[in-house]
Amino acid sequence: MARVVVIGAGIMGLATAYNLAKRGVRDVLVVDRTYLCGGASGRNGGGVRAQFSSETNIRLMRESIAICRDFATEMKINVWFRQGGYLFLARSAERARALEENVALQNRCGLPTRMVDAAEMRKIVPELATEGVRAASFNPGDGVVFPWPFVWGYARAAEDLGVTIRPFTEVVGFETSNGRITGVRLRPTRLSPLDASDEVLPAGDATTEACDEVVICAGAWSPKVAALLGVALPNKPHRHEICATEPLKPWLGPLVADLTDGLYFSQSMRGEIVGGVAVDPVPEGINQQSSRRFLTTYSRALVGAVPVLAGVRVLRQWAGCYDLTPDGGPIVGRVADPTNLTLACGFMGHGFMMAPVMGRLLAEHVDTGETSELFARWSLDRFARGDLVHENMIIG
Amino acid sequence: MTAKAMLCRCEDVTLDEVMEALEAGHQDIESVKRYTGFGTGWCQGKQCVVACARVLAKATGKAPQLPITPRPPLHPVALGVLASLGDSEEG
Ligand SMILES: Cc1cc2nc3c(=O)[nH]c(=O)nc-3n(C[C@H](O)[C@H](O)[C@H](O)COP(=O)(O)OP(=O)(O)OC[C@H]3O[C@@H](n4cnc5c(N)ncnc54)[C@H](O)[C@@H]3O)c2cc1C
Repeated sequence: MARVVVIGAGIMGLATAYNLAKRGVRDVLVVDRTYLCGGASGRNGGGVRAQFSSETNIRLMRESIAICRDFATEMKINVWFRQGGYLFLARSAERARALEENVALQNRCGLPTRMVDAAEMRKIVPELATEGVRAASFNPGDGVVFPWPFVWGYARAAEDLGVTIRPFTEVVGFETSNGRITGVRLRPTRLSPLDASDEVLPAGDATTEACDEVVICAGAWSPKVAALLGVALPNKPHRHEICATEPLKPWLGPLVADLTDGLYFSQSMRGEIVGGVAVDPVPEGINQQSSRRFLTTYSRALVGAVPVLAGVRVLRQWAGCYDLTPDGGPIVGRVADPTNLTLACGFMGHGFMMAPVMGRLLAEHVDTGETSELFARWSLDRFARGDLVHENMIIG
Repeated sequence: MTAKAMLCRCEDVTLDEVMEALEAGHQDIESVKRYTGFGTGWCQGKQCVVACARVLAKATGKAPQLPITPRPPLHPVALGVLASLGDSEEG
């Protein structure tokens, strides 16, 4: 019998479980259909920024960055957090204006973000080709982490507080009664042989785990899991590819992002240049395969932005899924039916950085049952009400 | 092998560290890769994956596990070379 079953041991599920246990909630079980880091949380760029266009995201991300700064001390693990800033490039007058408006809002929220001209861009990244770049915004407090230890950090800290984490355990159904979930059907899985898509296979019969509360933190798989309960989610998985080069000496300060073509790149503390670019179209549904088209598109964009990188070699590429919602805002909080179900999905391409703060808020919501203005704004029923949210700083 | 035996030379992963990952409960090769970082460096596992799979098989008493999911490219390729290639049809 579990008090809370968290579905998905990505960063969102683990941060939620950790915070539940920290609040004193006992018998928290986190299940994942594959290995830890198997979903988007093990496949992302590790970018952490407060440069957004909505006050909600700016304020939440200020808090998340503060948590990142304390993470190593609290979790006793090095997450290679480096605050080199984010440099957002604008190539059109319209985008430059949008960045200016965002900077003004970010300043009102207490961030030191500023607009920078070409000369200053070249001070920040001397090798950057600035022709065609009209303006850029820079927040020195943004940064990057290495995602894997971040995931392990939450996992170990949660286990130390009594949380049970069961990888290779897939939710295949639910038992319900009187509009409540009474149990979760769990089936063991195993790695699929010689499969380049990181899939898993069933490895035994399903059993039922009785529970009081369920939280779906299944990222891009959330619509599939919610459908098992008859809850229709409007999210769509969207493959997003990424790659890493051979390690270089530290030279690149910020993460550079260009919203025009979705190019972004940063240097990890391991020295690799890690980045991606938007590729269109992508295959429908969940797909974690790499494509050559991504590599050529990315290389053209990156060498265009920083010509001196032409001689640097790509070591590996991989892919994960963004979890896209129609309005770019996440879907968070309790639903009307079943009454003991909480959703935490739809975090687009920035759910990793949101998890530290969202884990706290979600744990409070699940534990107390109290809702907040934020959770009302991000609720599933906003789509039915037509009360959509807005965010224009979305990469890729 | 001694505890300090180097299993992954690119990322400096020792036998000790793989054993520590196993003790922490990571009993499959994909988890051990992510926990220790083996196979993510210059050779992308070509030199270390067999050694790590053997250690895992011996410690868990299970049949050796398959190679980690391969990540292209097969060998490191310069960005400038990739940038000069055309887009392939199949994606
Ligand atoms: C290439 C790429 C780059 C990105 N870059 C960034 C970035 O720089 N910064 C940032 O903040 N975000 C970034 N993101 C987005 C970020 O990775 C995600 O928003 C975040 O990791 C979502 O975390 P999650 O825990 O919600 O989902 P996930 O990490 O995907 O976890 C969901 C888990 O649910 C499990 N699951 C699914 N179905 C079931 C089931 N039936 N039963 C049990 N378990 C199940 C899955 O196996 C998975 O492990 C990027 C994403 C990608 C793909």
